[in-house]
Amino acid sequence: MASRTLPLIVAGAVLLLILGPLALVALQAQGGWGADWPVLRFTVLQAALSATLSAALAVPVARALARRRFAGRGALIALLGAPFLLPVIVAVLGLLAAFGRSGIVNDALALLGLPRLSIYGLHGVVLAHVFLNMPLAVRLILQGWQGIPAERMRLALTLGFGPRDICRHLERPMLREVLPGTVIVIFAICLTSFAVALTLGGGPRATTVELAIYQALRFSFDPGRAASLAALQLLLCAGAVVLAGLVAVPPGFGRGLDRTVPFAPAGWRRAMDAALLAGATLFLTCPLALIALRGAPELASLPPAVWQAAARSVAVAAGSAALTMTAALILALSPLRWAGLVATLPLAASSLVMGTGLFLALWPLTSPDALALPVTLLVNAVLALPFAFRILHPPAQAVRHDYGPLADTLGLTGAARLRWVILPRLRRPLGFAAGVSAALSMGDLGVIALFAAPDAPTLPLLVQQLMGAYRMDQAAGAALVLVALSFGLFLLCDWGGRHGSDL
Amino acid sequence: MRRPVSLCAAALLLPLSAAAQDRPVLNVLTYDSFTSEWGPGPQLTAAFEQECGCDLRFTAPGDAAAVLARLRLEGARSTADVVLGLDTNLMADAAATGLFAPHGAVPSVDLPIAWTDDTFLPFDWGWFGFVMNRGAEPPHSLSELADSDLRIVIQDPRSSTPGLGLVMWVQAAYGDEAPALWDRLADNILTVTPGWSEAYGLFTEGEADAVLSYTTSPAYHILAEGDDSKIAPIFDEGHYLQVELAAKLAHAAEPELADRFLAFLLSDEAQTIIATTNWMYPARDVPLPEAFAALPRPERTLFLPPDEAAAARDPAIAEWQAALSR
Repeated sequence: MASRTLPLIVAGAVLLLILGPLALVALQAQGGWGADWPVLRFTVLQAALSATLSAALAVPVARALARRRFAGRGALIALLGAPFLLPVIVAVLGLLAAFGRSGIVNDALALLGLPRLSIYGLHGVVLAHVFLNMPLAVRLILQGWQGIPAERMRLALTLGFGPRDICRHLERPMLREVLPGTVIVIFAICLTSFAVALTLGGGPRATTVELAIYQALRFSFDPGRAASLAALQLLLCAGAVVLAGLVAVPPGFGRGLDRTVPFAPAGWRRAMDAALLAGATLFLTCPLALIALRGAPELASLPPAVWQAAARSVAVAAGSAALTMTAALILALSPLRWAGLVATLPLAASSLVMGTGLFLALWPLTSPDALALPVTLLVNAVLALPFAFRILHPPAQAVRHDYGPLADTLGLTGAARLRWVILPRLRRPLGFAAGVSAALSMGDLGVIALFAAPDAPTLPLLVQQLMGAYRMDQAAGAALVLVALSFGLFLLCDWGGRHGSDL
Repeated sequence: MRRPVSLCAAALLLPLSAAAQDRPVLNVLTYDSFTSEWGPGPQLTAAFEQECGCDLRFTAPGDAAAVLARLRLEGARSTADVVLGLDTNLMADAAATGLFAPHGAVPSVDLPIAWTDDTFLPFDWGWFGFVMNRGAEPPHSLSELADSDLRIVIQDPRSSTPGLGLVMWVQAAYGDEAPALWDRLADNILTVTPGWSEAYGLFTEGEADAVLSYTTSPAYHILAEGDDSKIAPIFDEGHYLQVELAAKLAHAAEPELADRFLAFLLSDEAQTIIATTNWMYPARDVPLPEAFAALPRPERTLFLPPDEAAAARDPAIAEWQAALSR
């Protein structure tokens, strides 16, 4: 396991997939390099705001979830996986049904005689990004809380620590390790935001780098500019990852016996936790429920193409999740310091540049249509890697530090070490990571569109086709199927990980 | 459903290899909504394959702009014989690639403008227009729309062909006064979406009062949904014309088939299929369903010829961006 060749091979493959297409697009260059300051400023501003706000809101919610036990807690933790898996256009329509001009929030305000709120603008973009990413942040931070060994918590309680002391000696060191990585993942996701930023931004003020790339590759056909913008996006992301690496410090809690003890202070903290959980649940379920209500009446009348596309998407998702998990586990267990950088970069890769570059690489060899599904599978696997890595990395490193020396002494290596030492301890994060990877590749549209085989679409592509053919109702129904399937896949893996582990 | 990928790929490739052995194949590059199950693609394929003894194969890399981008990437090595779905705003860029060849003799077309180009063949056309719900007081001009309280959704001209169409519309109608009109329109624009379907979705969900689309959009709602609540009011300044084009590539592997296909596109059968699946006016006068034919038509047609459109595009988009960024 400690061998370095495997992680190096995986890291090399990931880098090749990200930088190769970029280089191929750059080679097509005809135009100049260009940076557009207002665009860059808006992009970084909305990404930084979204990431900070998501993480700031996620910490108290995660703490409430970690220290309370109540009916429906498992369901709520599972539900946190849902918003983040929504296809962008579905999420936007769901949010608008809640917060839009004719949404229920504004209708309620009007009933009370209050002025209507507009969702369009920077605040709308940030709201959408918080809705999509805050739940993911909660799950990542919750993992940190669950990673505090029971023995430390017991010791703290024996010593008569109050909530404030527990925070200082246990929770803050834990957050210092988990939070930077979480913020960076969300920052990178929002950095490449295209449809959310444009649709809710209210106009060209809300232009992101990704839109500028789109424009450069489409209307003005200037691959040089597109490649330089895509490289800029990668550099921004790399800079953020390096920064996060400087801040993050492993807490060094040492080994425990794989159990947790909840620490549940009573009094006003109890009421606050309840209010937090109720508020977060309402904020997340309201748009989701509206999406379900909108799509449900259409389910009976969906064309057969929807079910064929669904089968195709599930096959792709299963394949790419397997690939992602293998690569993520190898990188997460490796002692290489820069593994985190390689595993985060795919987030900042422009999907249009990636798709165009892959097309340039493959089309002289064979028909792009024939490769649509394999390429989608591979690209989705790479795009899901950052999430799987972020979920697996802290616990995997803890296992390596805590049990590595003992396993070495016992001569426990290879498959046996994986089976007896690593996998049992990573069961929960493995399930969570597999769920996220599978569900993400169900919903991703970025690259497939360029390779599209129009007669064999995946489900996200079919939703788009339905919308493009005026069939908004059927599109809402098909989108609901997509969301249900993604979430089903996620639940299956997530439950499989949590089942039989008392964490 | 866990089938190995190679099987999927093989299943996809099998029909290709089987077909390639006995029948010539005509490769057509087009935009995605043309080839989807609900577009003209499937019916046209059935009709053309019956008469040509060949296989018609569509490839769709995205919207019309993506089609042109794909063609530029492939250049002279492209495997396409025919490109279908570029519009007059993209035509000058397409012609500049030098990849297209004049087509054979084809019947004349019926458009609101005279058509003389012998390389690009119009197969359907429409006027851009704002679609809204019956009942609200409709504006009678762009200027009235700008003065009204209606909240509209438009598409971004940097990523969408209708969005570019609106910028050209304002440019053709107002010329040097275009920025002033955009200033007045700015407070009506609820938001700008990346593509047509997001915008139309926002309108049908009741988020916006009107959406930029085509004057023929209501025909879909009447004929396919039996819903006559959608209208596209006619504006005094006139409406900008979009003509969709098909053209043969100079290095087509099947030049005769390509010519036959272009001629077929203007046949009565193909024109009828295109009108009622693409929801645009046919390029030749074929009988249309009553509801479609009875739609109100603009009295004035605005149009910038391809060369002027190409020259005006970047400055016009810059003006649009400046006006809406304030």
